[in-house]
Amino acid sequence: MSWTVFVTAIISAMLINNVILMQFLGICPFIGVSKKTSSAIGMSAAVLFVMVIASAVTYTIYDLVLAPYNIDYIGTIAFILVIASLVQLLEMIIKKYSKTLYKALGIYLPLITTNCAILGVAESNITNIWTDSLPYAQGLFLAVSTAVGTGLGFGLILFAFSSVRERLDSANIPKAWKGVPISLVVAGIMSLAFAGLVGVI
Amino acid sequence: MSKKENFLKGFFKENPIFVFLLGMCPALATTATFETALGMGILVVFVLTASNIVISMLRKIIPSDVRTPSYIVVIATFVTIVGMLTEWLAYDLYAALGVFIPLIVVNCLILGRAEAFASKNNVIDSAIDGLGMGLGFTFALVVIGVIREFLGSGSVMYGNYLPFLVDAPINLFTLDWFLGPNVSIADYALSMFMSPAGAFIALGLILAVMQNKNVRKTEKLEKEKKAMIAEKKRIALDKKKQTALKKVGDAS
Repeated sequence: MSWTVFVTAIISAMLINNVILMQFLGICPFIGVSKKTSSAIGMSAAVLFVMVIASAVTYTIYDLVLAPYNIDYIGTIAFILVIASLVQLLEMIIKKYSKTLYKALGIYLPLITTNCAILGVAESNITNIWTDSLPYAQGLFLAVSTAVGTGLGFGLILFAFSSVRERLDSANIPKAWKGVPISLVVAGIMSLAFAGLVGVI
Repeated sequence: MSKKENFLKGFFKENPIFVFLLGMCPALATTATFETALGMGILVVFVLTASNIVISMLRKIIPSDVRTPSYIVVIATFVTIVGMLTEWLAYDLYAALGVFIPLIVVNCLILGRAEAFASKNNVIDSAIDGLGMGLGFTFALVVIGVIREFLGSGSVMYGNYLPFLVDAPINLFTLDWFLGPNVSIADYALSMFMSPAGAFIALGLILAVMQNKNVRKTEKLEKEKKAMIAEKKRIALDKKKQTALKKVGDAS
């Protein structure tokens, strides 16, 4: 448990195994909420927030409840219920304690329950990190650092992509390519650039 | 809407991927080859039909305040069952799809059909809707998968992931014969299309073709409309002229 582990996990989750461009998780908000830079920033902040808390909670539940009692086959049902109720709870807490934060994140929080990046990170934390012999604290640390890296990677790509899309609005594009098709090609070119980072660590 | 229309609408008119852009994550992630795309599609057909039937049966019992969590629980149950069945029947497919099998739970298509159709219609109609929409989704996945695998490797294989019907992997379609012996088409293929970048670009190309068709259609309609308006104007003008001439003739 050291800073190197933390930094390695963050860089590999953020840049090398980027959640959108390499793993194809969270494509719906990537296309739906990336028309304006401001909404892209709000969405990625909400995703980062929920992702870190959800990964910590789901890892804890898996390690302390599901695995010891051999009921890991209900993992998916348990995770999605936990995430859905967690999002609801967070919405209530934020609404009560911070009006400004609620104004910034409020409209994005309900969308996050069905964001596959959150459930995807929770599931892949279990398959990639969890083993029988790994101590709980160490595994939790790794899971949380992966979630931080993934959330940052999501935000980075969403921000870059929304900036490109704002420029695309004023560009002269053939009618057939306007909107989603040209955005997907832009994403493909970005993905090609990120493929160059494979093998850095 | 007749039962046949209800079944067929998922293929072209309301295709989940090409028209509504729902369920884009599996459309990009599982379509590197034709077979994984087909396998993913079959799983979605099962989950969508089963969850539509159950949700339609329970539509009068579930209170509307907690309907989304209830739908998610029903869907997650079927996803778990389907995941276990896949692990047993086709382990290679299970390993290849990986995290995308549990992620069927958050596929917007399934929750969307539950919300928009199954919660308002009877069991038989919901089952037909689920089957049609699922098959439309499969159709779209297979189209993307065939294009990507063909461009990426030069041939379309069957039998690597789905162990049904064949003993050993077979080539469904290949261009190897075109090059003669000792040369393989795989050396000349654009392997980019099998990589993540190719997924985005291939889907972008397909959507552009669809959009081009729509643009042409609306342009043609507008042209026809303009022509019709011009024709009507001409007829009205002719009538006016004739009545004016008549008046002149009557007067004289």
